[in-house]
Amino acid sequence: MKKNKFLTGYAVVVFAFLMIPLAIITVTAFGGGSAIVFPIDSVSLKWFANVFALKSFRQSFLTSLEVAFLATLIALIVGVPAAYALARSHVRGRQILKSLFLSPTIVPGIVIGFILYQFLILTFRIPVFISLLAGHFMVTLPYVIRVVGSAMEQFDFSIEEAAWSLGSPKGKAFFQVVLPNVTSGISSAFMLAFINSFNNIPVSMFLTGPGVSTFPATLMNYIEYNYDPTVSAVSVLLMAATVIIMVIVDKTLGIASLAK
Amino acid sequence: MKRSSAWMMLAPGLVILLVCLAMPLLKVLIPTFFTGDYPFYSYLQFFRDGYYLKIFFRTVRIAIITTLICMIGGIPTAYFISRCSKKWRGLLLAASIFPMMTNSVIRSFAWINILGSNGIINKLLMATGALQKPMKLLYTDFAIIIGSVYLFLPLMIVTVTGVMENIDDDMMEAAWSLGANRISAFMKVIFPMSLPGIIVGGILVFTGTLTAYTTPQLLGGNSNMVLSTLIYQRAMSVGDWNGASVVALIMILVTLAVIKGFNALAARLDKRGE
Repeated sequence: MKKNKFLTGYAVVVFAFLMIPLAIITVTAFGGGSAIVFPIDSVSLKWFANVFALKSFRQSFLTSLEVAFLATLIALIVGVPAAYALARSHVRGRQILKSLFLSPTIVPGIVIGFILYQFLILTFRIPVFISLLAGHFMVTLPYVIRVVGSAMEQFDFSIEEAAWSLGSPKGKAFFQVVLPNVTSGISSAFMLAFINSFNNIPVSMFLTGPGVSTFPATLMNYIEYNYDPTVSAVSVLLMAATVIIMVIVDKTLGIASLAK
Repeated sequence: MKRSSAWMMLAPGLVILLVCLAMPLLKVLIPTFFTGDYPFYSYLQFFRDGYYLKIFFRTVRIAIITTLICMIGGIPTAYFISRCSKKWRGLLLAASIFPMMTNSVIRSFAWINILGSNGIINKLLMATGALQKPMKLLYTDFAIIIGSVYLFLPLMIVTVTGVMENIDDDMMEAAWSLGANRISAFMKVIFPMSLPGIIVGGILVFTGTLTAYTTPQLLGGNSNMVLSTLIYQRAMSVGDWNGASVVALIMILVTLAVIKGFNALAARLDKRGE
């Protein structure tokens, strides 16, 4: 197609808007001064060293990885069979059931954290970590239901019926015939759920306690009391990790699987 | 599949949703209806209080402006991406997804560096002599809006691109050959066909901005509160749990109303196109 010059210019401006702020952070991370300046006057890696030296960063990073991984895993264990049942069976009120499974998206993250804090932590004295996990489960479940659900809907269930008629038990047919056909859906659901849980803040705001704080919440706390390039250095490290993840996803599932 | 086994597969999820979402919601929200002199007193109080009203309207206003800017910035960009060659499309899509996967703390932090009183814009303007002392850009509604646009523009681009990709090039060519110019061909052919994506994008951006916590907290500060930062402040700093719960229900209701509203709009526009 012929390219319209105006449209091209428009897109260039939009992408410049998206990229320049992140580029500026990247530059400031290598600054040698004690405050954030742009352009930097000297080059140093000390802020990167500081990231690894801060215990709160290390600890909360591990907490976030753990929470995101477990919440995603539970969402898959619970969500994949549910998505299968929703796609496969003719239970009455299927639409209503599906919207029930997607209902956590209607409740704002800060509200989820707030109600779980009151209900689980204050009323039932459930440990903070378990409550945090419950909150992040609400973040991850809708991704599993949506992404795995649409993979299930595209699956031709007559293949499963063929397995049944050839004598395969239903459980075996599910694991050996249905699941292998929706693995790419499950993988992209895993990636999306994991990344969104890892990055989520609002849900975790109320669900913190001694020794339990997520990485983004710790970063946010740090920014509110310090203004130095440590956070810039963290940003560069996280962005590098993001690039690596995106390249891997692009090579395996295709980049469009992250656009769901 | 037997009905009973279907229910067995659905049950674990439903039980968790019941225990960790429905019950906590009811436990927290129901008492708010009966606190005060008469039923729904707390809600009337909220909408009578000038301070709360200001926060309510600020939140809605920011969400509307952000959604509009994201549409204005995102729709033409999505159109551009969808008409690129396969290689460029993948690259530009990746460039849009990348910020989406970057933590919102970092994306807000980027704007602190740009808008702060020691930030890039102020330094630049003072160096050129356009300003004597720094302008207040950070901790304003403007900062929240620009931060929210930065947060959600990629989402709009990606969502709309997903729909526009599937529109055949021939459609545009047909419109041109029948004498339409580029803009009217876009408005009459591409725009109506991509409306479902635009509506979904609109819902995501609007509700996302309405309920965002990080960006208003970091870029708006305590003097420019929005509903989500108000909940936290009510509960954690003031200890007003009832007040926080009232705000929580209002946020949920506004979210639902926005989704309904967008879908109604989509239905109406859809009919007009027929």
